[in-house]
Amino acid sequence: MTGIQILFIVNALVIIFSAVMTVTARHMIHAALWFVLALLGVAVVYAMLEAGFFAVVQVLIYVGAIAILIIFAVMLTRRALEDQEKPFNRASLVTLLIVGIVFVGLILSIRFWPLLQSTTVPLSPDQLTVGTLGLALTDPQQFALPFEVTSILLLAAMIGAIYIAHERKEKGK
Amino acid sequence: MIPLYWYLLLSAAIFCIGLFGAITRKNSVGILLSIELMLNAANINLLAFWRYLYAPNGDLRAEVFVIAIFVVAAAEAAVGLAMIISAYRSRQTVVANDMDSLKG
Repeated sequence: MTGIQILFIVNALVIIFSAVMTVTARHMIHAALWFVLALLGVAVVYAMLEAGFFAVVQVLIYVGAIAILIIFAVMLTRRALEDQEKPFNRASLVTLLIVGIVFVGLILSIRFWPLLQSTTVPLSPDQLTVGTLGLALTDPQQFALPFEVTSILLLAAMIGAIYIAHERKEKGK
Repeated sequence: MIPLYWYLLLSAAIFCIGLFGAITRKNSVGILLSIELMLNAANINLLAFWRYLYAPNGDLRAEVFVIAIFVVAAAEAAVGLAMIISAYRSRQTVVANDMDSLKG
């Protein structure tokens, strides 16, 4: 058991615990804060995978933007759900059973896949740069089209979000 | 070093927790949080496979896929929360069971 493995296990336990708290917390604001902790743990996982760019993007987009957006939404819809009420609907036991079966199935299929026992090879420094990724994203021979498609998706979602959340004044009143 | 399946086990666990939350939460903001957890699990999977199987060859497809998932997650959060706020404004509820305007 090397140091990096211990770090991974501790980080995984933090992520799983905060994910469980996100799903089970009674107050939505607590759930949102546990969610932020889970996202930070995922950023640590990205860093351990030597994907430093994605660790930074995770902190910027998820922790910086999406979490703030969710906390704002929680505050705007504050007194909607009484706090003493159960946070789950009546299908929770059946769902727990199904999710448990899915998880056991995933574990079994992961465990007996010989390819997955492979360990990593160290990368050379020039394979880890953000510049390679950036050039690939703007190169028409590589990923320029997916990049543009995702940016159009983002633009459409932005316009849609503004349109949906916009408070319309009733005409004639 | 860490074997690849540790990452896959972690992401399977996060995905299952998120799946449970997405099906059972009453609060629709909670459903959105659970879906974001599931997207994060998928991202961990993609980056783990990229690092172990594709990065030594300089293959960047998985990374582009992860960027697309980030964008989709941001778009989903923005549109989903706008819809929740809009529904709350007209019906004063965020409980998913009470949002039944489309019920025949």
